[in-house]
Formats: sequence, structure tokens, C-alpha cells
Amino acid sequence: MKTSSTTETFELRLYVAGQTAKSLAAFANLKRICETHLAGQYRIEVIDLLKTPQLAAGDQILAVPTLVRRLPEPIKKIIGDLSNEERVLVGLNLQPVTE
Amino acid sequence: MNNKVAPLATHSLPKAPTGIIGLDEITGGGLPSGRPTLVCGSAGCGKTMLSMEFLVRGATQFGEPGVFMMFEENAAELTANVRSMGFDLDQLVKEKKIALDHVHIERSEIEETGEYDLEGLFIRLGHAIDSIGAKRVVLDTVEALFAGLPNHGILRAELRRLFRWLKNRGMTAIITGEKGEGNAITRYGLEEYVADCVITLDHRVTEQISTRRLRVLKYRGSAHGTNEYPFLIGERGISVLPITSLRLDHAAPAERLSTGIARLDEMLGRRGVFRGSSVLVSGSPGTGKSSLGATFADAACHRGERTLLFAYEESSAQILRNMRSIGMDLEPWVKQGLLQIHASRPALQGLEQHLVAMHDTVQAFRPAVVVVDPISNLTLDRSDSEVKPTLMRLIDFLKQQQITTLFTSLTTGGSGTSAAEDSQVGVSSLMDTWLLLRNVEFNGERNRTLYVLKSRGMVHSNQVREFILSDAGIDLVDVYVGADRVLTGTARVTQAAHEHSAAELRQEDHERKLRQLASRQKAIQAQIAALHAEGEAEEAEVKFAIAQETLQEKNTQQNTAAMAQLRGGTKTNNGDSQ
Repeated sequence: MKTSSTTETFELRLYVAGQTAKSLAAFANLKRICETHLAGQYRIEVIDLLKTPQLAAGDQILAVPTLVRRLPEPIKKIIGDLSNEERVLVGLNLQPVTE
Repeated sequence: MNNKVAPLATHSLPKAPTGIIGLDEITGGGLPSGRPTLVCGSAGCGKTMLSMEFLVRGATQFGEPGVFMMFEENAAELTANVRSMGFDLDQLVKEKKIALDHVHIERSEIEETGEYDLEGLFIRLGHAIDSIGAKRVVLDTVEALFAGLPNHGILRAELRRLFRWLKNRGMTAIITGEKGEGNAITRYGLEEYVADCVITLDHRVTEQISTRRLRVLKYRGSAHGTNEYPFLIGERGISVLPITSLRLDHAAPAERLSTGIARLDEMLGRRGVFRGSSVLVSGSPGTGKSSLGATFADAACHRGERTLLFAYEESSAQILRNMRSIGMDLEPWVKQGLLQIHASRPALQGLEQHLVAMHDTVQAFRPAVVVVDPISNLTLDRSDSEVKPTLMRLIDFLKQQQITTLFTSLTTGGSGTSAAEDSQVGVSSLMDTWLLLRNVEFNGERNRTLYVLKSRGMVHSNQVREFILSDAGIDLVDVYVGADRVLTGTARVTQAAHEHSAAELRQEDHERKLRQLASRQKAIQAQIAALHAEGEAEEAEVKFAIAQETLQEKNTQQNTAAMAQLRGGTKTNNGDSQ
């Protein structure tokens, strides 16, 4: 399956707070979605705020987990465990290819 | 009702002083320590300023660093805003006394997908608290999150958790909230979660004049003042009009002060007014109230006492110029820093605001004498019930500081007795000494008169005096009290001249009468002398006659004897001689 979007790289950051069920679920969901729609075109950085709390302010993180699409611009934020794939794709501005 | 229950405060829960003038008095020591307090009110009512001052004072005066988490303004805006109150946030942040964190969420940037919580907020707050060892926290205004996060269910649950978390960490916190529609305290019902202490702020406009008010709606486990208290955001931060004034326990010194007019002092038991007492000078326009007030101030400066003059009618330059016309130069006092003149328009702000501003100024300058010229302008268009308690607070505050005060008051009722005495908006009962200035119109001119209506605690004159303003200052002279009216001005002078000439005439008359008496006495003396002489003459004559007769008899006897001898001695005869 391929996406209709361009070939630019997606720079994604996932903010979590410890190894909670929600953060583990979010990471798993993200990985799956990216592999499906953005294979080879993405980079995921996971930030555990329990270890680096000072990073929370920079991206204005309140909710956990939060996925931040840093590139391509504009910055997008998706909060929650990313269990709703359709909404994640909308949030990332990725339209799934309709066959 | 007594609003201040100081003894109770000591054995109730621990409190964190806010350092805000007046607020600590109302709350009996400050906000509940280690608990959240909700401060709510409509936009622009001073929530941010109040919470910022709580934080800054805590950090600078009470050794309790604080975190300010803002949801609306950013750090730069906030820093600029509170600089007007004299707070240098940049410096405090540098010294690690204050930590600022701007929480901003843009609804349009956010997509919600599944389960989440606000642990990020907790982590940020926790990080900020740990970085400076904070004891105080402000969340301003956490309600902004309701606009940013679509799932209010999660948000409410998380806020509840947040407030509990703050409590567990022992943070003394202020959470601000927007006033809700109708009777709701806050728009999103924050009072449900923060139930320990609720303070409402209000910004009301009546008669186009705005007044800020503060009220402690609720304070669990502590006595507190329940009234609405006016407050002001000034150059030195927030001042809530304190309630200490409702006590009536100020000292009463026996020391007396001169009013600056010797004759007036004489009328007031010969020694002037008591230190720490209040003097009301009322009168219709142009009766010389301001001049009297300025003389009072001038006298205080002469004694070397700090004096504060609040002018609500004239600018300070105008006062200096006008007082020069009666031979009083106040400028040197101003230059020496003994006299401060604060001139402002009464319509600038509400009565309460004025009074709070006066409090602030008095506390900064610490004067011994305060003159308010005139107090009546402050009370324009206000009902007595509103004015009296506020003025009472001011007067009692000044008394507590043992400041001698002189208020002038413009009466609108002209020169009629009842009107002049009625229009005192009920403040006269608060005054210790009341001087009434009145214009007396008679004989084609108006003259000023003064009398002492009352003066507590001293013998005072009941006499009307004429009040004279000249280029040598103020003087009082006795008026002429005729059979039917009091004479002043030229009538008094005429009367004096009249009496003078009458006296001269009388004098001449007396002298003439004395002269007449003297000459009459002289005449009588002469008569007496004449009669005396006459008497002597008569006496001499009588004596002569008696002597003559005695001699004749003697001769006769001798003759008889001789005859008898001659006749032979038997018969004695008184016949003819030999």
C-alpha cells in the first residue's frame, strides 16, 4: 500500500510518561500506522517525560501520550493512544489511498 | 458585626501570608497554607495581579518561591504587565525565586485519538516546582484548557487529580477562574474541586466610576471577613481597604496642636486641637475653608511635622500660588519634603479607590498631619449609607496612626443654618472638632464668620468670630453683637467708630460736669467762709454787750456801796450817783 503524499520525511515525536499501558499502546499503534503508510519515510523519536521533564514545555505538551509531527510543517499534535487510525491519518495529513 | 476575629486565627489552620495590604487582615493571616484557593471574577478584575503579588511577596518576603503557570498570557506579556506594580520578574526568575511556565494549546492543532491523560501538565508543574523548591503555585487561568481540549470528561477528572496532587505536595496554590453566567461562581464549576477558600473579585461601574471589590466567599476552617472590601491596584501592588478600622480602640493623646491661628486656638480651650483628632471645617463656597486647611498644614510644617495635603479642587501649583496671596509660602516645605500635595480629580475614581490611594500614600509618607480639601467632592452623588462606612474606615485608620486630620467640606445649602448643618453626609459624628464657616450678608457686603460647632474633650468658645483673610494670613476678630444682629465687616468698623466717638463725647461731658462741680464746691466754700465770718462778728458783738453790761452792773454796785457809805450806812440805795 502506498500513500498519495510526497516523498518527504516525516519527523515524529512521541511524548510519553513512563511505560504505561497507554504509552505502550500509542507506540505500537504509531509504528503500525507508519509502517503501513509511510514505510521508509519516517523517523520516530520517543521522549519519556519522566526522564526529561524539561522537554515538555518546548512542544507545549499537556496530554500524554502526544504525538507531534515536527516535519513537514505545520506542526501537528495528536493526543491519545492513537487507537483510531483514521483520525491519526487525518491528524498527520495523510490520505489513505483508495483502491 | 466584628469582622476581624484575630484570636481565632491563631489556633485555626496554618496560613500563608499573602503580603497584600489588607488581605491578610481580612483572612486572619493569609491563604490556607498547603491548600488551593480559588480566586475568581470577571475579565479585568485583577485576578492575575492578585495571584502574581501573592507569588512575588511570597518569594521576596516570606522565603517561599513560587511557580506561575499561565494559560492565557505568555511570560513576556506577564512580565511587562506586572512591571507596572514594581515587580521585576526577570530578576526573580534569574534568582530562582519564581518560575514561569506558559501553557498554550491550540485547538486547531490538536487531534484527539483515543485515551490520554494530562500527565504532561503534572510533569511540567512538578519540574518547575522542583527546579526552584517552590512552596506556592498559581494556575492562571486553568479554565483555558476547556477551550483547548475537546474531552471535558477527561479534563475534569484530571483537574480534580491536579488539585489533590497540589494538596499532597503541600503547595499553597491560587487557581483563578472566570466568573460564570448568572450566579455561577466560575464558568466551568471549578469551585467544585477547590473548596477550601474562595475569593471573588469584582469590578463594578456605577455612575461611570469603577470600583474594584474583593470578598472572601468561603474559607473552610477559619473565621474571615465576609464583607465586600474595595481594593486598588496601585504602584505598590494591591491594597485592600483593611477592616482594622472597624475597631474603636485608638489611643487618645492629650497633646494639643496649634491650628496655626492663635485666636482659633484660644477658642478651642486656648490650646488648639488634640493630636490624632479629626477636624471638620464646613462652609459654603468662598468661606475660606481651603485657606484654613492650608494654614493648618503650614503650622504643622513650622513644627517640623510631615504633612500631607490631598487636594481635590486645585492643582498643587495653584494652591501654592493662591496661598501666597494670603502671605503663606508653602513651597519651601514642599522642597524640604515636609509637605506633600496630592492633587487629583475626584471623578478620577470611586470613593473607595480614593480612600485606598490615600491609605497607600499615608503609609508611604507617614505624615503627622493630613489635610483633605475637600472631602465633600469625594462623596458627590453617593448615598450616605455608602459614604459613611468608607469614610469611617479612613478616619479611624488615620486615628490609629495618631495622625491629626483636617477635612474641609463644601456645604451646598448657602448660608442658612439648617442647610449648612444638614449637608454633612453624616460624617460630622465621626469628627472630634467641627468648625463652621459662614458668609453673613448684610449692609451690602458679605463677610466670613467662624464658630466652633463642637469640639470633643475641651472647653470651647460659643462665640461667633469674624474670619478675616488678608495678605498677612488668617485672623479672627470679635464681632459686634447688637440687639438684633451680629455685625461684621464695615458694619463692624462703623460701629466701632461710632462707639469711639460716642465715648469721646461722653468723656468731654464728664469733664465738664466735674468742672461744674468744682466751681460749685468753690462757691459753697466761699459761702461757708462768709457765714463763718458773720458768726464770728456776731459772737464778738454779743461778748462786747455782755462785757458792757457786766461792767455797768459792777459800777452800779460800787456806786450803791459808795452811796450807802455816804448816807451813813443804814440804808442802801440804788439811787443816783454822787
